[in-house]
Amino acid sequence: MTYTQLAVVGVLVAVVLDLFVIRTGLVRRRAFWASYAIIFFFQLVTNGILTGLRIVRYDGSAIIGSTPTDAPPVFMGDGRIAYAPVEDLLFGFALVVLALSLWVYWGRKGVERTPYSGPPRILTSGAEADLRSGTGGK
Amino acid sequence: MSHLAYVAVLGFILVGSGWLELAMRTRVYSKWRRLLLSIIPVVLIFSMWDLYAIAQGHWSFDWAHVTGVVFPGGLPLDEVLFFIVVPIAAILTLEAVRSVKRWQIGDEPADQIRDGRRVGDA
Repeated sequence: MTYTQLAVVGVLVAVVLDLFVIRTGLVRRRAFWASYAIIFFFQLVTNGILTGLRIVRYDGSAIIGSTPTDAPPVFMGDGRIAYAPVEDLLFGFALVVLALSLWVYWGRKGVERTPYSGPPRILTSGAEADLRSGTGGK
Repeated sequence: MSHLAYVAVLGFILVGSGWLELAMRTRVYSKWRRLLLSIIPVVLIFSMWDLYAIAQGHWSFDWAHVTGVVFPGGLPLDEVLFFIVVPIAAILTLEAVRSVKRWQIGDEPADQIRDGRRVGDA
């Protein structure tokens, strides 16, 4: 299989695992998508460094893009976003969904479930208001 | 550029996410058993994917920019470390979001959930 095909399979396997196998249902939660938005930004930065500096190189026949292994990648276009092949975004998504699902799974199983995270030491305005009102979240 | 280029990126990820443990009280590193149980399958599965991709020639590495420690099958240590560091950063992010927003992530018992929100800190 090509990297493109494997990346799509990887995402599907991770999502099916999350929804139907270990049933953590993370991809249905806003906490997941808010986290993923943050992770996505940093993935573009770090993956951009690794691929832009050509520390990792891709075979043009295994991905949507066609840049040869020994040629520098473009920043945008040719199937690439911030130097990295779009397949890397799928690869990263599968990696993150798997890791986070397992984290929730083990917590649900009772492995070091509590204490939960928080409250922040650096108080956000929202957290500060919650503490004052004692509501524990709006 | 040196052999530490790849691991420097990993160091950036560790530092860039690690402060959340203190500032947001994410309690991820302190739950190291749960962390290990969550990371080990990721390392195994994605290392196998990596080995297949290397064997198929999907990607390759600039040997001047990785540590030079290589597992059988041509898998650089740097890549295996990536599969450890990135899940830690992802879990820290999720727990930081929970810390600030107080949204549930799915490990809360049913009696602590009210109106889709977590109540009490058990």
